[in-house]
Amino acid sequence: MTSLRDRAALLAGRAVGTSTRRFGRGGGTALPGLVAGAIASDLVRSLAENLPQGVVTVTGTNGKTTTAHLLAAILVEAGFEPLANHSGSNLERGLLATYVAAADRFGEIAKSNQAIGVLEVDEAELPRLFPRLRPRVATFLNLFRDQLDRYGEVDSISEGWRAMLTEFDAATTLVLNVDDPSVAELAIQATGRVVTFGMDDHSVALGAVDHASDARFCPNGNRFVYDAIYMGHVGEWHCDCCGRSRPAPDVIAREIQLGEDGSRVTIAIGETALAIELPLPGLYVVYNALAAAASAYALGVTHEVIASALATATAPFGRQERFQVDGREVRVLLAKNPAGLNEVLRTLTVTDGPLTVLAMLNDGIQDGQDVSWIYDADIELFAGRELQLVCSGDRADDFALRWVLAGIEPRSVLPDTEAALDASLAATPEGARLDVIATYTAMLDVREVLARRSGTASYWETPNEKGAR
Amino acid sequence: MNPSPERALRIVSLYSDVMNVYADRGNLIAVRNRAAERGIPIEIFEVSLGDQLPADADLVLIGGGQDREQHRIADELAAHGRRLREWVEEDAAVLAVCGGFQLFGCWYRDQHGEIVPGIEIFDVTSVAPGPKAPRGVGDVVARSIVGSIGEVVGFENHAGRTYLGPTAAPFATVEHGFGNNGADGTEGAVYRNAIGTYLHGSVLPKNPALLDHLLATALSHRRGEVAVFEPLPAPYADRAHVSAVAAARRRSPAR
Repeated sequence: MTSLRDRAALLAGRAVGTSTRRFGRGGGTALPGLVAGAIASDLVRSLAENLPQGVVTVTGTNGKTTTAHLLAAILVEAGFEPLANHSGSNLERGLLATYVAAADRFGEIAKSNQAIGVLEVDEAELPRLFPRLRPRVATFLNLFRDQLDRYGEVDSISEGWRAMLTEFDAATTLVLNVDDPSVAELAIQATGRVVTFGMDDHSVALGAVDHASDARFCPNGNRFVYDAIYMGHVGEWHCDCCGRSRPAPDVIAREIQLGEDGSRVTIAIGETALAIELPLPGLYVVYNALAAAASAYALGVTHEVIASALATATAPFGRQERFQVDGREVRVLLAKNPAGLNEVLRTLTVTDGPLTVLAMLNDGIQDGQDVSWIYDADIELFAGRELQLVCSGDRADDFALRWVLAGIEPRSVLPDTEAALDASLAATPEGARLDVIATYTAMLDVREVLARRSGTASYWETPNEKGAR
Repeated sequence: MNPSPERALRIVSLYSDVMNVYADRGNLIAVRNRAAERGIPIEIFEVSLGDQLPADADLVLIGGGQDREQHRIADELAAHGRRLREWVEEDAAVLAVCGGFQLFGCWYRDQHGEIVPGIEIFDVTSVAPGPKAPRGVGDVVARSIVGSIGEVVGFENHAGRTYLGPTAAPFATVEHGFGNNGADGTEGAVYRNAIGTYLHGSVLPKNPALLDHLLATALSHRRGEVAVFEPLPAPYADRAHVSAVAAARRRSPAR
């Protein structure tokens, strides 16, 4: 039974959400959570207690939204009723806004006993929320440098995770990407149940550790040796000095074929091998699908359900979403840190044909005010490619300079979103595709324009959209 | 060893795989591009853990790192200290950013109170004030009296406060931002042709005057006579500089 105070907080949050939407101020999805949280300080605990099947948390620097989205799709097919914060609204206020939107006037969520929380949680916030959410399953994806002006340095986040799990882990199943050494470290100290996942396919490995890497040293200070690197510092690693090595994964991706519009992958769980055609491109999406499969497996979902749900997966908000505008296909690719941008660039270079790219760099709080990170991305990958480029966003000039230093001169630099989109569409042959690479708030801006021009739903017309970040 | 005029400009990039937390590798990218535009042949020596320094250098670059990474390189850097100091005394050019700047000073006391000795190129000391004190984080506009560098712009993100010793000169005066210590309005340090700064951004791509200054002093070192550059437009760098300055004036406190 939800307390009176919690119920009052939920009602107040709902009232705020209704009025912000009525006045056209976007989704009104962070403010209801803020208001509700101010009235009842421990509302997150009540959220978790109102979900009969418990909570799954998904955290890490990159891939939270897509992984949670894929996991929710699997769980629907498995007969659960997932409650999810769909698009990066992953701070406490975002979780509470999700609760506000879902709760009835008694503060209760469940229509049935199958309700389960599938919550993406900010990697720096997780230590604060974990003891209150007491997740049934906690999934950890990776840890890369991201918005150092906001989060501080990467080491402090991994220390926070370790301290959190030392206090509270026995009741939670940890689902861990052991290809990332800083996530694998959690497996070594875990006392409860652990499900590990990782890749095993050297044909998709990179030649070398790239510049966006962050965990290249073992705790004793020796450099890790990689038998295969799949992205950044994520791969098959070992340390020659202390004997640490990537633990053998329980859930493994093999036989990966990357295509322009999707990937083929075999996901092996124990003795069972599932052949899956993922309808979303990019090796990073293979990781997300693998994480979702491992999390579903940890919840006891059958192999058949995992395979069939992944084969019909769709893109979440702003992540590889596609729009039809003026006879061109427009694909929106979120890139908010160097590791993410590198994976987007790799996805664009899977095939050889000419490309048209609109590259958008904003420097708001949610994007990271420091734009230095663009120098960690390997934009040089595009050197020599046939590429029509338009740069846009608050820091269009910084982005243009970065591309010029990589040998690619933009055809125009237009900070304004509408003007840049017009110029990019004009540069895209009819019937061809325009790829938009955008930081978080730039993605929201361009997505609004694309939604309007293509007749797609605005973010506030779908539940719980627009991030709190 | 005397630099010989025939060889390419020799650039030594120190610990770029360890000290690169804020993408200071952009500085090397900018040097490589600008040298190509000016028709200056260069050779790049990447020196990391376990590597030896080359016999000489015209330009030395080092970036920033987290505390853990500074500890990781400190011993080896100290072992190279004598040769690096000789290079600086012979007027080679240096750009040391953030954590690299701190380690090119006398010492750095980290937030656990542990002292990391520096290589004493700059007469500066740095102290991390502990986890409760705010970091110096944000955009910076500063004005340098070194050469004709003038206005510089970048982004700082550091816990450590750096204080200039009696023989040190600041690299620049802060107009917007935190600077060395948030109190005295100084940014970075300069000694002979060595420049230490807290500016990321990366700093060299969008500060073409600073980039040309470092290239010119490095070339002077190689030739043994003063090299003067003809003006050469840098339109994309200039525009990035202007938009970064606009962002800094909008959101960083003025001094």
